[in-house]
Amino acid sequence: MRIEVSRRQMPSRLFAYLSPVIALALTILLGAIVFMALGKDPVQALYSYFIEPLTETWSLHELLIKATPLILIAVGLSVCYLSNNWNIGAEGQFLMGAVAGSAIPVLLPEFQNYLVLPLMLILAMAGGAAYAAIPAFLKSRFNTNEILTSLMLVYVAQLFVDWLVRGPWRNPQGFSFPGTITFNDFALLPEMFPASGRANIGILFALVAAVLVWLMIRRTLKGFEVRVLGQNPRAGRFAGFSSAKMTFFAFLLSGALAGLAGIIEVAGAVQHLNEKLSVGYGFAAIIVVFLGRLNPLGAVVAGLVLALTYLGGEAAQISLQISDKSARVFQGMLLFLVLACDTLINYRIRFIAGQPSASAEGN
Amino acid sequence: MGMLEAILLTVFTAATPLLIAAMGELVAERSGVLNLGVEGMMIMGAIAGFAFAQMSGNPYIGALGGMAVGALFSLLFAFLALTLVTNQVATGLALTILGLGLSGLWGEAFVGIPGVKLQPVVIPLLSDIPLIGRLFFAQDALFYVSIALVFAVSWFLFKTKAGLTLRSVGDNHHSAHALGINVMRVRYLAVMFGGACAGLAGSHLSLVYTTQWIENMSAGRGWIALALVVFASWRPWRILFGAYLFGAITIMQLHIQALNLGDVEFLPGPIYGILSLLKSIPAQFLSSLPYLATIVVLVLISRNRRLTLINTPAMLGQGFVPDR
Repeated sequence: MRIEVSRRQMPSRLFAYLSPVIALALTILLGAIVFMALGKDPVQALYSYFIEPLTETWSLHELLIKATPLILIAVGLSVCYLSNNWNIGAEGQFLMGAVAGSAIPVLLPEFQNYLVLPLMLILAMAGGAAYAAIPAFLKSRFNTNEILTSLMLVYVAQLFVDWLVRGPWRNPQGFSFPGTITFNDFALLPEMFPASGRANIGILFALVAAVLVWLMIRRTLKGFEVRVLGQNPRAGRFAGFSSAKMTFFAFLLSGALAGLAGIIEVAGAVQHLNEKLSVGYGFAAIIVVFLGRLNPLGAVVAGLVLALTYLGGEAAQISLQISDKSARVFQGMLLFLVLACDTLINYRIRFIAGQPSASAEGN
Repeated sequence: MGMLEAILLTVFTAATPLLIAAMGELVAERSGVLNLGVEGMMIMGAIAGFAFAQMSGNPYIGALGGMAVGALFSLLFAFLALTLVTNQVATGLALTILGLGLSGLWGEAFVGIPGVKLQPVVIPLLSDIPLIGRLFFAQDALFYVSIALVFAVSWFLFKTKAGLTLRSVGDNHHSAHALGINVMRVRYLAVMFGGACAGLAGSHLSLVYTTQWIENMSAGRGWIALALVVFASWRPWRILFGAYLFGAITIMQLHIQALNLGDVEFLPGPIYGILSLLKSIPAQFLSSLPYLATIVVLVLISRNRRLTLINTPAMLGQGFVPDR
């Protein structure tokens, strides 16, 4: 059997909506097969992966906490990828944002009033954007591949945070554990429903960012510029759009949002800066972008789905003794299947039995 | 064995996996395919190499296992990026993410278990040559393979008809197709060669470099290998140079971190001064040197836009759908 792919005259609207759903269904199906191979009851495994976390109030709170950074980062990255700027260093921008925002409560612990939190958020966005400006500058000025530079900067940022929390910023009363002092109350994000769980207002920032960026892409000239330069840089140049400026715009926007995600994680769930902050949200957000079909509103739904796989991994570990590392396998499979199913939008796929015909020789 | 010789030996060990992985990616990219999944294929090779060596007790079977798993794993990428014409950048990233996840799951059973070491193969007579003998002729088998690869790949690409075919596919797949070349077959083979090399390089990490399994032990080496291909302007011999440059940077910073200043007091004043200055740099900054060096080198190379344009395979990263 062989597979023949041919370009459609027009992208299929049907598959534009169906493809993420098909991909998710296939991932679950593949997951069931993997669980069976591991000798577990697939129905029970899938239940604890995808349903159980949704049945309890506290875990719904955790879902929002995990989804917040994923959505925020993915919203920014979708602008990058739409404009053909491959920022894959969001993890580093997330960390540098967290560092910049943490500077106030760590270095000025006496400074306590209602200005602290807004200042932290602004600093974090500036920190993330500044870190993202490095690959943007190198790309626009020296034509340096932004994929490799932004990724290398992730390792540098991880080592930098490690140095900070073990060295100059370490809590002297921390019993030699790496990590800064716990933030004061003015430096913590308020919880939304303190009575039932610890979800904080960070998710509101994520939702607002998603709507604003969606409006920008769909309703403004800037958004048109993003799409034109992404699909056809030559046409963009004829229209007077600047690729270099777009590179900066996309990187600064996504860096700022990743930085915001970083400080929300620190000032929300963790409450101080430590060396375990980097858990890969910046990379998981790449999956969110594609599952959300590069649409900021899609990223909201996709971010919730990815957050669910994190919780599901933990739940499956407790109830079925399946390693929580299975979550990352799920996430990887999901991205693969999303990309595969996206082919259906622009191409017609035919399965042809038997040997290749003479006319199609060489496909 | 002198101290300098010991340092050079570790440089060779650090450079070998970079060289093997970059050589494989070079062939894939010369055929026009940009596979960003090197890191993922490498880590799969590392765990597969470790696991196969454990099961068989034979590190050579481990290395072959790493190679086979790397090649099989690259087929996933090839099917999507080539047959289904998906975006190569995104698909390569997906391969890396999946590889890091799968290897973590597979490797859970092997954490903390001492591995099987690939012992050096000492070549009689040649290894007795003073100075260079032990360095070049008493290494592990994968070192010899890495050097042979440089010769073989450069001969294949520039001296054989098949190599010319592969380069033509990378420079213009439409013309190659019109000439009756099976573009898909060439690219599938090139990607699998890249996967086999990345897998072999990964098994070097878990069988020679550190004989144990550590999650994420590739630590960005796959990405550095990708950068090496750009740095080398897609030429095999320059990759050899680049791999050793990066091996040296990695090892130097490790040696400085491990250096005990008391041991080098006998050195002349200025050298001792430099060493104690380097020693005062926090370990984390020294560890970030290879990554920073990668950025610097990429900037230096890509500054010359014209030169980059001439050397880059013209179809790099572009999908191919034949006209019917």
